[in-house]
Amino acid sequence: MESWVVSNVVVALIVVGVAGLAWFGLRDRMWSQALGELWCRRRYSVLVIAFYVAVALLDSISWVGGMEAQSDTVARYKAQSILDRLFADTRERSYSAPFADREFYGGAALQRPGSHVLGTDIIGRDVFYLSLKGARVALLIGGLTSLIAIPLALLFGVSAGYFGGRTDDLVFFVMSTLASMPGLLLLIALIMVMGKSTLAVCLALAVTSWVGFCRVSRGETLKLRELEYVCAARALGVSELRIIFRHVLPNLMHLVIITGVLMFSGLVLSEVVLSWLGIGVDGSWGQMIDQARNELSREPIIWWNISAAGSALFGVILAVNFVGDAVRDILDPQTLRQGE
Amino acid sequence: MNSGSRDSALLSVEGLRTWFPIRQGLFRRTVGWVQAVTDIDLDVPAGTTVALVGESGCGKTTAGRSILRLEQVQAGRIVFDGVDLCALSPAELLPYRRQMQIVFQDPMASLNPRMRIRDTIAEGMRSFGIGATNAERTQRVAHLLERVQLDPMQMWRYPHEFSGGQRQRICIARALAVDPRLIVCDEAVSALDVSIQAQILNLLADLQDELGLAYLFITHDLGVVRYLADRVAVMYLGQIVESGPTEQIFSSPQHPYTQALLAAVPSADPGRRSGAPPVSGDVPSPSSPPPGCRFHTRCPHVTERCRREMPQPVSLDDRVIRCFLASPGGGAAEGAGQGGENP
Repeated sequence: MESWVVSNVVVALIVVGVAGLAWFGLRDRMWSQALGELWCRRRYSVLVIAFYVAVALLDSISWVGGMEAQSDTVARYKAQSILDRLFADTRERSYSAPFADREFYGGAALQRPGSHVLGTDIIGRDVFYLSLKGARVALLIGGLTSLIAIPLALLFGVSAGYFGGRTDDLVFFVMSTLASMPGLLLLIALIMVMGKSTLAVCLALAVTSWVGFCRVSRGETLKLRELEYVCAARALGVSELRIIFRHVLPNLMHLVIITGVLMFSGLVLSEVVLSWLGIGVDGSWGQMIDQARNELSREPIIWWNISAAGSALFGVILAVNFVGDAVRDILDPQTLRQGE
Repeated sequence: MNSGSRDSALLSVEGLRTWFPIRQGLFRRTVGWVQAVTDIDLDVPAGTTVALVGESGCGKTTAGRSILRLEQVQAGRIVFDGVDLCALSPAELLPYRRQMQIVFQDPMASLNPRMRIRDTIAEGMRSFGIGATNAERTQRVAHLLERVQLDPMQMWRYPHEFSGGQRQRICIARALAVDPRLIVCDEAVSALDVSIQAQILNLLADLQDELGLAYLFITHDLGVVRYLADRVAVMYLGQIVESGPTEQIFSSPQHPYTQALLAAVPSADPGRRSGAPPVSGDVPSPSSPPPGCRFHTRCPHVTERCRREMPQPVSLDDRVIRCFLASPGGGAAEGAGQGGENP
């Protein structure tokens, strides 16, 4: 299947999933209260994140065709996303549609901000457009990796904590082994082995980042396992699997959300480090920063490349951290108990 | 134990031993044992209330949980309705789980905060196939809530919307949902206000009359014991030191520990203070219990023999006492009682 078809399907799944979660969340009193609280406390951060998500979604819905008027032959036969189309220009290879009627030299390298809103980079690409494109990659890295790492950590953590004994020993052995390897070297090795693709980078980041949450969920499960309602369920003949799904996992959910939000920003930042090492994902802010690094030594200084990517990165990380902080306050069992 | 009661007992525990291993080192070698419950014998006849009393850490909760097979039992027999539960596999145990239920101490921790009351109560019905459809189970939940004097309309709420007493009623309803014959009440009223305690105790007594339930009532509150129990077993450091009918135990305690325990009950009347010597010192660690009689470190009547030999349970009329001083004729320890320095 073409990658753009996959991407469209994923967008559809995400939209359906978010709608389903929202429906479920608003029906359940606890979650709808938490969401309301979050909106009250961190309105702007939520809006900023929503903007990034919207841009990423616009960049993810794509199809082939409809670009016949383009002079660029690649654009005619390759799938173009909505974002690409918005920035497509018939007259010359500038992507900044609002300024497309101006007469200027198309594709000039390292132009100051002006006719291109944020200038151009060393090969004449519009920096504003590239910064917007980076949102999709960042959310993909953060989201997909969390989606791999958190279930993995839950699986191992909960089974280690709940069943104890040999399972616990085995999981602890794996965790200690991973924790004793230098994370960055392991990352590089994994990416080298799997090849340099978005999925490979996500997988490698997931492998190196699940250990922390695994430890947390194991500890929490150990605590939950001894609680009286779990004992009561056992006395009522409820099966182990059902106890895990009905009694243990729902009471770990707040930890999952807090960890997920905080893990997300950490992962986006670590992609920057990977890009700096030359094994990042194509089109990421990390790569923009890495390329712009070389231009900093020019006279006059080329500042717009690095500051555009840096600000975009900074904006999403700050917003996610603000939201994560609020989520931690809202879902903390201590504060929950006060509400009771 | 006389054999007469044994035959008719719904639950009869013989030589139950629950020790927890202390593991250390790389290979988790067992270096010692926490001797939580050591060789206890206990009978619960159908439709009666047996109280298990003792101070904190004496193993009474572990004993209750072991009887329900919620703890790994080391040795002994738990005979329920003629069947030894310790010999059963988890799958074979399942039908017996239905007949024995438990109500816990902490009403906050004993209900899952993420589950509606209806689902909590219906969970046991589901696993034992009581009620064919969801609607039938819901109906039964409503019926059960009425029985524990709660509003059936509240079944769609979450636990945090209820008070402690209401939650304890919900826990009782959850236990009743599977039609048990024995309910282990593990400090079931200790966490409640006195007025609420009385309500719950009355509810339990009513349920016993209606349904013919047997209770194993684990508590440290002797007032509750006197009110509710037909028989009492007193535990000290993992062993039952004295057991017998409630009235006899309260009127003429034989074991020095029972005497001390009863003497420690606060009395509203200063003139009625008992002359039995109060016990000093702390309970020894259950991981290294003293040799000989386990109570000898704190016993006011300790002899050289107590330090060397462990006394065996002695039957005396309807009672069982684990003390060298107990003899037919009774009250050997009583005569030795002197006024302590501590009133």
